[in-house]
Amino acid sequence: MSSSAHSWPGALAILVGAAIACATARAADPAAQKYGFGKPATPGEIAGWDIDVRPDGRGLPPGRGSVEQGQAIYDEKCASCHGTFGESNSYMQLAGGVGSLGSDQPVRSTASKLNQATTLWDYIRRAMPFAAPQTLTPDEVYALTAYVLNLDNIVPAGTVLDQDSLPKVEMPNRSGLTTAHGLMRVDGKPDTANVACMRDCVATTRPASEIPAYARGSHGDLSQQRREMGAIAGAPTPGATVASANAMSAGAVSGVALARRLGCTACHSVDSALVGPPFRAVAARYAAPGTASAADIQAVLVAKLRTGGSGVWGTVTMPPQSQVSESDARKVVEWILGGAQ
Amino acid sequence: MDARRRFLRNSLALGGLAATAAAREQDLSRNLPPNVPEWETTLGAPILDRPYGVPSKYEANVLRRESPGLTRTPQSSVAFTPLQNLFGIITPSGLHFERHHAGVPAIDPHQHRLMLHGLVSNPRLFTMDDVTRFTSVSRVHFIECGANTGMEWGNVAVPTVQYTHGMLSCSEWTGVPLSVLLDECGIDRRRAKFLLAEGADGASLTRTIPIEMAADILVAYGQNGEALRPEQGYPLRLVVPGVQGVSNVKWLRRIKVGDMPWNTREEALHYIDLLPGGVHRQYTWIQEAKSVITSPSGGQVILDRGYHEITGLAWSGRGRVRRVDVSIDGGRNWRTATLQEPVLPKALTRFRLDWTWNGGATLLQSRVIDETGYVQPTYAQLRAVRGTRSIYHNNAIQTWAVATSGEVSNVQLGT
Repeated sequence: MSSSAHSWPGALAILVGAAIACATARAADPAAQKYGFGKPATPGEIAGWDIDVRPDGRGLPPGRGSVEQGQAIYDEKCASCHGTFGESNSYMQLAGGVGSLGSDQPVRSTASKLNQATTLWDYIRRAMPFAAPQTLTPDEVYALTAYVLNLDNIVPAGTVLDQDSLPKVEMPNRSGLTTAHGLMRVDGKPDTANVACMRDCVATTRPASEIPAYARGSHGDLSQQRREMGAIAGAPTPGATVASANAMSAGAVSGVALARRLGCTACHSVDSALVGPPFRAVAARYAAPGTASAADIQAVLVAKLRTGGSGVWGTVTMPPQSQVSESDARKVVEWILGGAQ
Repeated sequence: MDARRRFLRNSLALGGLAATAAAREQDLSRNLPPNVPEWETTLGAPILDRPYGVPSKYEANVLRRESPGLTRTPQSSVAFTPLQNLFGIITPSGLHFERHHAGVPAIDPHQHRLMLHGLVSNPRLFTMDDVTRFTSVSRVHFIECGANTGMEWGNVAVPTVQYTHGMLSCSEWTGVPLSVLLDECGIDRRRAKFLLAEGADGASLTRTIPIEMAADILVAYGQNGEALRPEQGYPLRLVVPGVQGVSNVKWLRRIKVGDMPWNTREEALHYIDLLPGGVHRQYTWIQEAKSVITSPSGGQVILDRGYHEITGLAWSGRGRVRRVDVSIDGGRNWRTATLQEPVLPKALTRFRLDWTWNGGATLLQSRVIDETGYVQPTYAQLRAVRGTRSIYHNNAIQTWAVATSGEVSNVQLGT
């Protein structure tokens, strides 16, 4: 196996050779295809997939959206994960921390780190909302971008963004990224220069950092994470607090596994409140006497799961999960109402 | 094996499971000489009992695992390769580490297309029938997430090599050289400076790749003799040798040729390296040389004194591993380890060193030197330049402490 079984100059040589061989068959054409596989990508096909936006704004489609329009969309589709003011650090924190990166307590947020507003637009369009990407219109993406930038007053209230104004937005950290380092090229210059000393090297033989006793069990029982044969075994771990992945895969058809696969566990856990209520609290609420029939409750919750809801458990909206199939929704609701065991 | 059984019995007894231990002991001796093992006196399972083979049920501990609390959703998360349990340099496909940004899509290869466009004279759309028809090549390369060992920048945080170094795997990849496809589409060599690679997952993940790397890149559909696993990008991914994992775009649907970097979210908000003072390094593509001892390693117990092989893995994103040194005294003295052939560029290399454990407390380290002469740095050297908040590109020398009890744990040494 050679380091580079196929080198570009080699390919070029093959191509040139092929071109000469074919010279009698057709006129020299620098774009001649050697294989001819595939088909031309039509402008229409390219337009559907060509969604990237560059820092110079190339790729931004026509459209416009205001801070005010963005707020309405944000509250419905984004706030449950990112926080009402973009302050939640459970997921990507959007707002806050501007100017903090050089401090002892750097706050890593979109506002504090991002150098170009075009990147925010590109990412919202291609990947958000998390469970339903590429469902927003260009106008909605302009509006959301304006709203998120307004959370830190990077653009003022009343701003309307479009393909001309967005690339001109000046991000607070626009000068905060550097390519002055040795990791862009295979022959780049390293920033450390250790020496391979072999004898009586300077060394400190006292550990300065180790896992504190209270955290020893944080990754489960380590004796169960090593194969069973060998003269070096896994260490039995007192106080292991997490179930092993073994247990998880054994329950692959269980309700909790289904909830995990469908993405429910991003906001809900079995018995503690995260963004949304615990599954068992949901079960308890609808098990109370005097509520509707079991079948009705199930139908209501299945519908709510898929179309969204608000107001039952406080102010945080549950965004619609239309990507979840009716049958999966029914299964997971059945499991929740059964006590989420 | 006596020490092992004594150890297991003691630890089980501590857990109040003495009865289980006794039963296990009895169970173990039933199939030992002079008795004839039960599996020798019956028929075994027929062929095709498991048409797609799976490991022995006694290997059930050997799994990818997550680090509790690291991420909030299992769709945008990491599962670590159990390096402590692997032999040689190839990672079984089912144990290759997982890192997804929006879950694993279930792609029908008949409905998958690769679009190649931008600064080319013939923008093309390829089916998987087309892609697999081109001239192909197979090469062994590691893939390491840029954030591998990222939890350890400030202090020791996780107990075993699975969690410290397990965002690392190595496979034999088969595919068409990207340069063949670029030539086929008539790339504009004068203007082409960068490529954008885009995945067909829910993140439509995008990364910028410099054109000079194209000669080395595979558009891969094969992994260790079979098709890519869904977690590894089925049916098509990029393999960008020596470059951080996220650039090896999975579920590859589009390559665009351009003349400037795209500054995508995964290269402007994440996968940027925070330095003291608040500036981030951007486009830190290359994975520098790194090594780690996988046995003995953190979270293990050496059951007996005497001979043990120290073994581990070394790799470099800049080429071949030239040498690996091992210290059994915390870095004061070093001995050169044996490298297991084959030693391939931008692939994992297995190293070994004979060792006799005398029962004393020791500190084990390994240090790689790659073919450029670069020597793997210490934590002190790395932190002097980059501080402790970089998240990415932590390739410091790893230390494992062996206690007199035989227990091995993850430690970092003072300066």
